[in-house]
Amino acid sequence: MNEYAGDYIEKQIHRQDEPSNSEIIGKWVKDKIFLGLPLKEYLKTLITPLNIFAGIIVFAGLVLILLRFIFGLEMVTEASNEQPWGLFLTWGLFSGVPFSASGFVIGTAVYIFGLKKYQPIVRNAILLGFLGYLFAVVFLMIDLGRPWRIYYPMFISFGTASVMFLVAWHVALYLSVQFLEFSPSILAWLNQGKIRKIAVSMTLGLTIFGVMLSTLHQSALSAMFLLAPGKVHPLWYTSYLPWLAFISAIGAALALMIVVTKLTAVFFKHRASPHYLESVDEITLGLGTASSFVLFTYLGLRLISITHEGAWKYLDSSIGQWFLVEIILLAILPFLYYYGVQKRKVGLIQFTGMLTIIGIFLNRFNLTLITFNWQLPHRELFFWREALVVVAVVIIEVLVYRWIVNRMPVLADHPDFVGDGH
Amino acid sequence: MISRRDFLKVGGSIVAWSIVGSEHAVAAEDFTGNPDRVGMLTDTTRCIGCRRCEAACNKANKLPEAKTSFEDTTVFEEKRKPYVADVQSYTAVNRYEGEDGKPVYRKLQCMHCDEPACVSACPVAAMKKSKEGPVVWDEKLCIGCRYCITACPFYVPAFEYSSAFEPKIQKCFMCHQRIKDGLIPACAEACPVEAITFGKRKDLIKAAKQRIWGEPDKYIDHVYGEEEAGGTGWMYISGVPFEKLGFPENVGITSYPKLTKDFLSMVNLTLVSWPALLGGFYLASHQKPHAEHKEESVKEEHK
Repeated sequence: MNEYAGDYIEKQIHRQDEPSNSEIIGKWVKDKIFLGLPLKEYLKTLITPLNIFAGIIVFAGLVLILLRFIFGLEMVTEASNEQPWGLFLTWGLFSGVPFSASGFVIGTAVYIFGLKKYQPIVRNAILLGFLGYLFAVVFLMIDLGRPWRIYYPMFISFGTASVMFLVAWHVALYLSVQFLEFSPSILAWLNQGKIRKIAVSMTLGLTIFGVMLSTLHQSALSAMFLLAPGKVHPLWYTSYLPWLAFISAIGAALALMIVVTKLTAVFFKHRASPHYLESVDEITLGLGTASSFVLFTYLGLRLISITHEGAWKYLDSSIGQWFLVEIILLAILPFLYYYGVQKRKVGLIQFTGMLTIIGIFLNRFNLTLITFNWQLPHRELFFWREALVVVAVVIIEVLVYRWIVNRMPVLADHPDFVGDGH
Repeated sequence: MISRRDFLKVGGSIVAWSIVGSEHAVAAEDFTGNPDRVGMLTDTTRCIGCRRCEAACNKANKLPEAKTSFEDTTVFEEKRKPYVADVQSYTAVNRYEGEDGKPVYRKLQCMHCDEPACVSACPVAAMKKSKEGPVVWDEKLCIGCRYCITACPFYVPAFEYSSAFEPKIQKCFMCHQRIKDGLIPACAEACPVEAITFGKRKDLIKAAKQRIWGEPDKYIDHVYGEEEAGGTGWMYISGVPFEKLGFPENVGITSYPKLTKDFLSMVNLTLVSWPALLGGFYLASHQKPHAEHKEESVKEEHK
């Protein structure tokens, strides 16, 4: 605000002339950042009960993160020398990344297979993917012992036999790819038509590159656990783990898009184009069909893999019964989708989408946290502080998402670039 | 929309990248190893549970002062793990009940596998199998991801969860520096009953078998570590079954890096086949009739 005061005299002189630089900047900030409102009114719109609640949790989470960086990981996590990874990675990396496949799944459908029907949701899918990876890195930075060395696998020392090395490279590369894939929306928001044209021209290459990277690191995230055969429970441990992870990531991405498309149509109605809102039902039916197919494939491979490893004998145990909860939930999903599509029940498909999200979270939690180290007598899953940090970071992610959707052309085309397919 | 020429350019560079970029996908190689690598042999029939190896380890590695004296035998009431934060040493001796109720002691520490899971897990090659034999760790490279801890089937590496600025991976390094200086590891030196023998791994296997052949009634006919987890640098012989001494029974004899090798070998295939398949599909489905294509490019030029 001081800038405005300092320029007051200058403004007097140029009263009738062209707008001064500060006025241009002021108008730009007002239009782009404050949603066209004066600062005071914009700030007023932010004070809602929900925002205040979110603010408190985020503050508490940030305090805990600060403590972690002063006193070490033991201040906030239950991580031990037997169970070195906890909620941060189980949530942010092993569960968060599968859902972030949305960018590559919908991107491939629209830009490579030319399925124009899904064009309205493609930018949203890419944005969700980008944020998912970005926040996976945020969680990784909190969890790494020496996060300031996060670039070491890329530039300093190469552990080429490590699956983690592959994951590090791919997440870094794919984060950049997703940023570039989303950049046309950012550039439209900034009215940079020329640069945007260049960004748009890269779409096909980026999409194919994205498929290559996604295939490998989605599967690699589970392949990391191939190295711990005595610690992963036999009902989850199988040499098919990488491929199960890849297929279920596609299922996760489709479910996320089914649910988020519905949520945006309710909560961001004013930001969505009429075309977007009209196509929700048809898109949901299409995604439901695809989900049904993908989850049938997953179920088949999963059952074959358990038989292949001879692990059915473990059903008769408490972990075996817990496994039944997961597998039964995952098994009914493709049937529910199929029924929903046949009867054109959009609501049922959206409900099944929610169930799928729960099912795939359950699967990743079981693999990496809940049944991990199943042979140890005493296991601590996580500390409440860890959960609070996770909730805080998720709230930040949602706020960032909201900030972007409120400003950039995500759910509607930018008026200057209507119908160019990006 | 993208013209075909643009597409070929982009596609070409992706293929080029995938060939160059696939360098990082080299899978773990089969272990050849230094035939003269050193190892250790623990004879649990000789160990008297004096804990002098723990004390010597603490001193040699300049670890934090012990919370209770190293002569305190009440620690045997628990089954301890060789975690510095708990035992102030890279090694811990535990007491088990043998046949006819006599106590049997077993010393725990890093097994120094020939093909270690932790080494293949490390994304920055901070964990290494040294040519001398010990599995060592380079603090200058470690990023603190703790995949080595997840991977180790013996639950050995520990992490300094209490340190925010330089958290270390803590485990036995078989006194690597002492070995390079021509000394023997501190624990072997301190042992009053020669329960810990240091030497070339191939010689230790012979010595272990000689002891078993010499007194077949005293020993179980097995050298633990000769084949376990693909072979370990630290081996054990015992008078009671190994599972009774808390040795993990599920490590198998396959070397751990092999478990992810198949997956890593898929990397190149995927990098090459996706661009070909998807690019081919895109070209096939988006190709326009020739005449129309020409007309369009003429139009574009006039713009």
